[in-house]
Amino acid sequence: MHSSTKVIVGLGSCGMAAGAKKVYDKIAALKQVENLDFELKKTSCVGMCYREPLVEIIDESGSYLYGEIDENRAMEIIEKHIHQKSPVRDYVVYTDLFETPDRSFTDGQVKIVLRNCGYIDPESIEEYESRNGYRAIKKIAGSGISRLDVIQTVIESGLRGRGGGGFPTGLKWKFTNNNKSDEKYIICNADEGDPGAFMDRSVLEGDPHSVIEGMIIGAYAIEATSGVIYCRAEYPLAIKRLNIALEQARKKGYLGTNILGITGFNFDIVIKEGAGAFVCGEETALIASVEGLRGMPRKRPPFPAASGLWKKPTNINNVETFANIPWIILHGGAEYAKYGTEKSKGTKVFALAGKIKRSGLVEVPMGMTIRDIIFKLGGGIKGDKKFKAVQMGGPSGGCIPEYLVDTKIDYDSVNATGAIMGSGGMVVMDESTCMVDMAKFFLDFTQKESCGKCTFCRIGTKRMLEILERITQGKGEEGDIQRLEELSFQIKESSLCGLGQTAPNPVLTTIRYFRDEYEAHIIHKKCPAKVCKPLLTYTIDPEKCTGCTVCAKSCPTGAIDGARKQVHFIRQEACIKCGICYTKCKFDAIIVE
Amino acid sequence: MNLHNFTRLKPNDSLMRIARTPVKQAVRPQVPIDLSLMDPLISKYKGRKGNLIPLLQGTQDLYGYIPREAFEKLAAETDLKLSEMYGVATFYSQFRLRPVGKHIIKVCHGTACHVQNANAISDALREALKIEDGETTEDGLFTLESVACLGCCSLAPAMMVDDEAFGKLTGNEAVRIVKNIKIKENK
Repeated sequence: MHSSTKVIVGLGSCGMAAGAKKVYDKIAALKQVENLDFELKKTSCVGMCYREPLVEIIDESGSYLYGEIDENRAMEIIEKHIHQKSPVRDYVVYTDLFETPDRSFTDGQVKIVLRNCGYIDPESIEEYESRNGYRAIKKIAGSGISRLDVIQTVIESGLRGRGGGGFPTGLKWKFTNNNKSDEKYIICNADEGDPGAFMDRSVLEGDPHSVIEGMIIGAYAIEATSGVIYCRAEYPLAIKRLNIALEQARKKGYLGTNILGITGFNFDIVIKEGAGAFVCGEETALIASVEGLRGMPRKRPPFPAASGLWKKPTNINNVETFANIPWIILHGGAEYAKYGTEKSKGTKVFALAGKIKRSGLVEVPMGMTIRDIIFKLGGGIKGDKKFKAVQMGGPSGGCIPEYLVDTKIDYDSVNATGAIMGSGGMVVMDESTCMVDMAKFFLDFTQKESCGKCTFCRIGTKRMLEILERITQGKGEEGDIQRLEELSFQIKESSLCGLGQTAPNPVLTTIRYFRDEYEAHIIHKKCPAKVCKPLLTYTIDPEKCTGCTVCAKSCPTGAIDGARKQVHFIRQEACIKCGICYTKCKFDAIIVE
Repeated sequence: MNLHNFTRLKPNDSLMRIARTPVKQAVRPQVPIDLSLMDPLISKYKGRKGNLIPLLQGTQDLYGYIPREAFEKLAAETDLKLSEMYGVATFYSQFRLRPVGKHIIKVCHGTACHVQNANAISDALREALKIEDGETTEDGLFTLESVACLGCCSLAPAMMVDDEAFGKLTGNEAVRIVKNIKIKENK
């Protein structure tokens, strides 16, 4: 049976969490029972995570992307669109055929890294090949492009490391190429540890071959003999799809010996599952972990380019960096460098999350403003609350406040705010987010993830966390801000690796931009965002209380008194500020201050 | 090193991961561990460089945790030292040195989940299952853990039960998912 109509279901991790598998199964069952004439296919994340589960129907008239499809809606669109040939316009979130509310999400995006995500079945090498896949490595083999020319193209493109460091990729390759050795390694860092970032997962799940092809090109350029993809174990679907892709690439001769007829170009890739340690994103720690040791960083130099895995020259790049490479080779470095700003070329993928209307993945040219990303692409703040700050760069980054929202996205402009580009997580915060609590949250994370090697990082982050805990419990003292700053500078100065050197950033940026909130906690013992429970006071509004007794019954300490059908009151000395009464009251009678 | 004393050999506080809070364990009948299950794993990795982590991961896949006897078997049959293995096993948050429940619930406490009240999910599950983070229910069905980020940030707050992710949760919804699993188990 061959049909021109295709029904494609998005089966990335986020789609599955939203119920896409059920939708897929439902459509498959309908197709079977009713013997329907269409091709049912799978793809991965197209970036519109806020509309998951997504189903795309492509027929003679064009492509229709349906959003928020559950089993019932799936039945409806199959009935109306497939049977009656009449698309259900209400559920269409994107099409070229008519205006849809989500058009502004895609306008302004330039898809290079995400060129195939959501368009191909990630488990099919043929589909990748049909969209210029493995064409770049074939171009190298076919036209006999030299290693140095490949490196020169990458240098020309201006591509900088997308893992966060921003080191020029071409130069890194050049250094590794300069070090001669019979064994060399190329490693893909897929240990996406930043809480709030998920672009690498989406690329691995949606287009694993682009990363593999990028690694093959890198291996050719630096004469690597083996490759390693270090992927975190929390991403089982990415690992599964990588394994399928590697097997397919071996069968087709993209991995193996004398690849594509290039004499002496022997290369294969293995997957190493990370065992859960944030510090392993640091390249020397990652190497230690691949060697089976505790993932602790070591002093550089020697840099991995000279002495890395098993003391051999090693090149490490991040997932997104590798996914750019095939495009750059095919289209040329100059073409890539047309996008972006003077010092930050190309595009960057951002993971939008938090209090934003459209959370998901966007890929934009460097130089776009944060305002455009959050308000044009992201649709603004959930519930139309007031935008307060955006957190960039995860635990190593910082919070950029509202008044800097016109900052352009490039490595240097973001660094100037005290945050960092990082891997591209953007967690949006509104007025109900407490910045002191945010700082505490990140410090809690880095404190736990510190490997313990450097004293200032190990103990300093602990002391900072204790101060922040005290502040959020209403036990802040005068001088705490100064103490935090002093510790921050010491930790930054005396830590060996990126984790320690950047760990205080979330605290420093929140002090810099939200000092008033720290002071409200310390001096006035108030949490303006009403997040830090010990600083809140719960009272009952006598106007609204109906005396239903629900709050009194649910209070774990029996701190609420009052007879049935009479106004209740909270005995403050017994109140533990758990907030249960607030969530239980149906009449909004509990006042939090 | 005396492996009987795992509980007393805890690394200092700053090295402890979220997921490995010291806990009281439910008393369950001791099931004898079939160590022969490890033989294919050992023959696959024996003598290969960098094999320590894959061996520990493989062992944990077999038993759900790494039993003391398994460490001893690895020490006897490969050239790995107990001290080395213990150092690595306590460094990474993935490894468990105590038995776990049949299903592992990982509540995400990443940034996006945190700002969207992931604490309420953990609180609701703690109350419903009557266990603390890192503990296992008395019937041995569930272990509750907190993790740093599942990468489902757009569906925050999220959790993962075994390998399945659930998003846009509320406390009640999370409890309902867990209860449904329990009902299926008790059938």
